[in-house]
Amino acid sequence: MLSKLFAKDGTKSVIASLISIFFGLVVGFIIILIFAPSEAFEGFGILLSGGFYRGTESFSQMIYLSIPIMMTGLCVAFAYKTGEFNIGVPGQYLIGSFVAMYISIRWTFIPDSLVWIVAVLCAGLAGALWALIPGFLKAFKNVNVVISGIMCNYICLLLVIQGIKSTIYNSTGAESMTIPESRSLPRTPLDSLLSTGDSNLRFVVAFLIAVGLCILAWIIMNKTQFGYELKAVGFNKDAAKYAGMNEKKTLILALATAGFFAGVGGALPYLCGSGKTLQITEVLPDEGFNGIPIALLGFSNPIGCIFAALFMGYINVGGNYLQSLNIAVEVIQIITGVIIYFASFTLFIKHVFAKHEANKRKKEEGKV
Amino acid sequence: MDDYAIEMLNITKEFPGIKANDNITLQVKKGEIHALLGENGAGKSTLMSILFGLYQPDEGEIRINGKAVKINDPNDANKYRIGMVHQHFKLVHNFTVLENIILGIEETGFGGKLVKGNARKKVMELSEKYKLNVDPDALIENITVGMQQRVEILKMLFRDNDILIFDEPTAVLTPQEIDELMIIMKNLKAEGKSIIFITHKLNEIKAVADRCTILRKGKYVDTVNVADVSKEQLSEKMVGHKVQLVVDKTPAQPKDVILKVEHLTYHPKNANKALVNDVSFEARAGEIVCIAGIDGNGQTELVYNLSGLAQPTSGKIYLNDIDITHKSIRERIDDGMKHIPEDRHKHGLVLDYNLSMNINLKNYYKPEYHKNGFLDFEKMDQYADKLIEEYDVRSGEGRKSIVRGMSGGNQQKAIVAREVEANGDLLIAVQPTRGLDVGAISFIHKQIVKQRDEGKAVLLVSLELDEVMALSDRILVMYEGEIVGDLDPKTTDIKELGLYMAGSKRGAQYAK
Repeated sequence: MLSKLFAKDGTKSVIASLISIFFGLVVGFIIILIFAPSEAFEGFGILLSGGFYRGTESFSQMIYLSIPIMMTGLCVAFAYKTGEFNIGVPGQYLIGSFVAMYISIRWTFIPDSLVWIVAVLCAGLAGALWALIPGFLKAFKNVNVVISGIMCNYICLLLVIQGIKSTIYNSTGAESMTIPESRSLPRTPLDSLLSTGDSNLRFVVAFLIAVGLCILAWIIMNKTQFGYELKAVGFNKDAAKYAGMNEKKTLILALATAGFFAGVGGALPYLCGSGKTLQITEVLPDEGFNGIPIALLGFSNPIGCIFAALFMGYINVGGNYLQSLNIAVEVIQIITGVIIYFASFTLFIKHVFAKHEANKRKKEEGKV
Repeated sequence: MDDYAIEMLNITKEFPGIKANDNITLQVKKGEIHALLGENGAGKSTLMSILFGLYQPDEGEIRINGKAVKINDPNDANKYRIGMVHQHFKLVHNFTVLENIILGIEETGFGGKLVKGNARKKVMELSEKYKLNVDPDALIENITVGMQQRVEILKMLFRDNDILIFDEPTAVLTPQEIDELMIIMKNLKAEGKSIIFITHKLNEIKAVADRCTILRKGKYVDTVNVADVSKEQLSEKMVGHKVQLVVDKTPAQPKDVILKVEHLTYHPKNANKALVNDVSFEARAGEIVCIAGIDGNGQTELVYNLSGLAQPTSGKIYLNDIDITHKSIRERIDDGMKHIPEDRHKHGLVLDYNLSMNINLKNYYKPEYHKNGFLDFEKMDQYADKLIEEYDVRSGEGRKSIVRGMSGGNQQKAIVAREVEANGDLLIAVQPTRGLDVGAISFIHKQIVKQRDEGKAVLLVSLELDEVMALSDRILVMYEGEIVGDLDPKTTDIKELGLYMAGSKRGAQYAK
């Protein structure tokens, strides 16, 4: 029974992910040991207890941090199923953020209680439209999605800066305006229960949207015609074409869907009532690129992305608390970076599994 | 005793599941052009790869100029002055001719600076001597395929190679270029070089070769003096007297025309000649039309055009009198085209999908298999189970098995089941039995005959002559992209077919 469970592909993926995380933590520990030897054990303890270190406050922080990366992770994972590495995710994320802010702040003709729906939907559409560019280039001109994606990221970054400056600029702070609390996501009783003090975070609805989209993506992938075509194109483009699938259309639609998820991911954290603003800096948002390790850690499975994003939120919260130990913020970033880096070893570890199994099989066959 | 430049004695090389070379002996005299003749899969490439150091033989000995040697890698081969012109050239496209020739043995001056003066002189001398007429400063991407081949030849000469291997050098050339190559080869021979000429074209062997070694299915058949044998004898040695496959079938009763092809031509941009050249034919309901030919004579491309995987340059394709020339693949499937593809891993299957999903690869979009875009897995599985049962497709976990892990025979059976059971009047089957065991072959043959008897038109593309003879009601022979013969299997034999396939004979209606 147990051996059967271990033979399953899904189980192997989970084990591979856990091993990656373990190695990441070990190296993270070594780094703390180097930079703050006297506080290493305490620091590592804080890192490990991250999401629960300060009770509900930590917990809600973890959830809040996991939302955008869950979406960008889902975006990368979804595109990966059609065989494309969507590195354009920061751009799709950023354009989603901008559109959501613009609508929430400027479209005052929409009532306060409904504006978040419009903002989230339009942010998703903006992400989808932005993802169409690399999609079309790939489908009709065979331009590598990685290259067009990176270029689109920078084009998007500059466009958004210009857009902020000409529409929702807050001249005193060199940043965008904030979304008024009244026009953010609705606040649920659970929000109040989980937040302490003056925190007004409204992350429950955002989290539900994110998880809901992950489940929706899983359904699309595994239960629908579109998902069947999408995976067929990803596994074997030639066979998909032979079977009469329109592999170009499938590819474009898959990238657009992925872009939709990233766009929604861009909208949600700004609508949580945290007062988050868009900065006028020429730096792509971290949440975008962090989607890549999430997708790897979650094994390109939408449900896996939920857990991978929660884990990453957990580590990030722990990392933030390390500052109380006089460990420099940069070191904390190195530690979380290392853990994320090791997360991408998941594939490698799965490969080692497969090799080990093949050797075992060979030996057994040799005996016979 | 003869003076041999190369002797490969009793070479045996086994790959998992197949003996590619079984006790083969090849002896090439100094200063001769020695042809190596055999069908695809006869073991020519393996033998040459062993000589070139890419593979190690399991048994046997290689002697060069009478001395036993061990060739571990291509560098060793180069040391023994063996050079090879591969079928697919190994050139850097944005380098000049000269840069390509010296690549790997460049002379460098102070600080690693490239010195080309001496090399240029030598290249020009060689080019002059063998009348190759190459421009050392032209970029590879700007010169013709024939010229590129000469660059490959120059590469060998520049390295002072004495033993030159040409691997199917004429496959990519136009007739004029072939004539010129023949002259170059004779010049090389006159200068004392020994040449191994791999080919399956009998005309070329008669034109240049002194002696010829024939291989068949990995085994040594004979070595003959080319002058002493006729093309017919060569063809017979190459093809052999194969055991006739027994297929139970009644005489064909052809009815309406199902597939009609008119003046189909396919000339992709990157090819220097039309791969399918003005092909016209018909296939009727209730007959098996077989396209015979040696691999690479345009059969693959013809089928790509018919199935929609590639767009023809000109010409028309009609299926049941409907013009499908510009229709999409899905429209062709819906119009009744069934296609067992040549490459089951590339086209036929999504290897990482399970058996059920593969059996439904061309069904899933039909209304009965989905509800509002949601796949009806139950129906799909039922259908898959039915076909698995009827066609005896064996696998570890039934319809849930991932196809990648299944045996080739069962993978092919799954494809045959899917295509035969689909609705449609035309079945295109390309090498449907390649690499399968006897049991699976006879099963698939029965299915093909059954399709014919049910009134379908069957277009069978096969490289196996015994399969062609056993199954077909009509044989069309393709050579160099053209149809060169329309034969009746009852009045022809393998020997005659071999002559058509090797381009030595053309049907009256196809005369040039």
